[in-house]
Amino acid sequence: MALRSLSSTKTLTLGLNSTSLLPHSRSLQTFSLPDLPYDYGALQPAISGEIMQLHHQKHHQTYITNYNKALEQLNEAIQKGDSSTVVKLQNAIKFNGGGHINHSIFWKNLAPIREGGGEPPKDSLGWAIDTNFGSLESLIQKINAEGAALQGSGWVWLGVNKELKKLVIETTQNQDPLVTKGPHLVPLLGIDVWEHAYYLQYKNVRPDYLKNIWKVINWKYASEVYEKECA
Amino acid sequence: MAAATSMVTSSSFTFPSQGLRLPTRSHPCMKPQQRRFLRKYASNVITATYELKPPPYSLNALEPHMSRETLEYHWGKHHRTYVENLNKQVVGTDLEGLSLEDIITVTYNKGDILPAFNSAAQAWNHDFFWESMKPGGGGKPSGDLLDLIERDFGSFERFTEEFKSAAATQFGSGWAWLAYKANRLGVENAVNPWPSENDKKLVIVKSPNAVNPLVWDYFPLLTIDVWEHAFYLDFQNRRADYISMFMEKLVSWEAVNARLENAKAQAAEREMEEERMKNEEEWKPTDDDDDDDDDEGLEMYVDSDDDSEAE
Repeated sequence: MALRSLSSTKTLTLGLNSTSLLPHSRSLQTFSLPDLPYDYGALQPAISGEIMQLHHQKHHQTYITNYNKALEQLNEAIQKGDSSTVVKLQNAIKFNGGGHINHSIFWKNLAPIREGGGEPPKDSLGWAIDTNFGSLESLIQKINAEGAALQGSGWVWLGVNKELKKLVIETTQNQDPLVTKGPHLVPLLGIDVWEHAYYLQYKNVRPDYLKNIWKVINWKYASEVYEKECA
Repeated sequence: MAAATSMVTSSSFTFPSQGLRLPTRSHPCMKPQQRRFLRKYASNVITATYELKPPPYSLNALEPHMSRETLEYHWGKHHRTYVENLNKQVVGTDLEGLSLEDIITVTYNKGDILPAFNSAAQAWNHDFFWESMKPGGGGKPSGDLLDLIERDFGSFERFTEEFKSAAATQFGSGWAWLAYKANRLGVENAVNPWPSENDKKLVIVKSPNAVNPLVWDYFPLLTIDVWEHAFYLDFQNRRADYISMFMEKLVSWEAVNARLENAKAQAAEREMEEERMKNEEEWKPTDDDDDDDDDEGLEMYVDSDDDSEAE
């Protein structure tokens, strides 16, 4: 807020509209593919190396490429005041930006077994799970049921409502991020149930993928996020 | 809708032993269907009777373009599961005994979809998809179909580009379609005041998940499945390559042609029906009419439950 009022005289002399939020920055931030903190084959046999490589290098990369393209076009349209194009681009930004957000979280949600993958959560998150769901097994069962029942492409999430400090299980369609289901929702764990996430290995048997992925779920990361939101 | 039914009929020539589809809507032939249910009741096995039809070619016939493995999973697992789930969801409900097309319309529920929609629509979509392809397919259509394509898209090349683009940009799971749209306004009781042949046109549409153009009252002519399971084993993430392969090597223009002829016939029939109903409505009794005519007019409208005279 202060930034805006300090710079308002500057924006006026530059002839820009006052709707410009970052009057100084003309350069657009673009995004690049984050490295995986483990090898492609490190999650086997739960998730095959072939899938991890395709998923990371092709699918996630494509979301990033298209997200950057859409942002560039959006930036241009905003500068020109081309509302029609601004609105038209929203879908592409939601798809591709969402794809980038979701997959970036996903890679952190996974860890090789020798690095703690599959180790149940302790401390406050473990306690919260037991309180809200009875047990970790019960939580997993619920998440898997939701994930298996999702029609088409999407994600199943364990999230925390940071206002109410409550754990929630949610699904989102396509690449919609969890926040589209509620502005106070923060993702702790997301499981990709798009077919590309499991098809080469599990084919049509999504429930088997859901059963096995828990062996490499990185509860440490989920606990960190939970503690940050619910400290 | 009857386009799909007649497709079914022509395919059952090849596979008569696969079992007949249930008759559509107010078909006079209700008896065989009832008999079928009676038999099942008698044997204490109550099942609805939607059956998994095999594609009109063997599972390896589309190789090397679409692998046998893909057909084994796509038809043998995915499609089969939709049919099995449909039967489970329909048995013992109001939906039992309806044609597949009717179940789709009812459960689409104007967008507020009911549980059986996914199974029903996906069962229908996959039948339609297998029949949209053939070994040695691809190439160009001819005759009336090509004329319409050139009229509505400019050229066959432009049509191909637009179809491929729709298939490539359907985000998430779904389908791309070529459909025949008998022009009608978006409101149910609106009437096109100057209908002409040029109003009935070919359109390319894409749809998410299980949705298909039947729910918009279009006549589907061609489809490509762009759910990832349709191409992942053969093409992985390279959806564009899959789509090109489909257009160049697999499309059955014969099937599309047959569906177009059906669609045109049905559209014409529907127009005649609407014309007839419009004339009946306009034919109202007035003071100037003869007594005889008055009586006939009254008879047409005496259909209310109470005894009040129509006047």
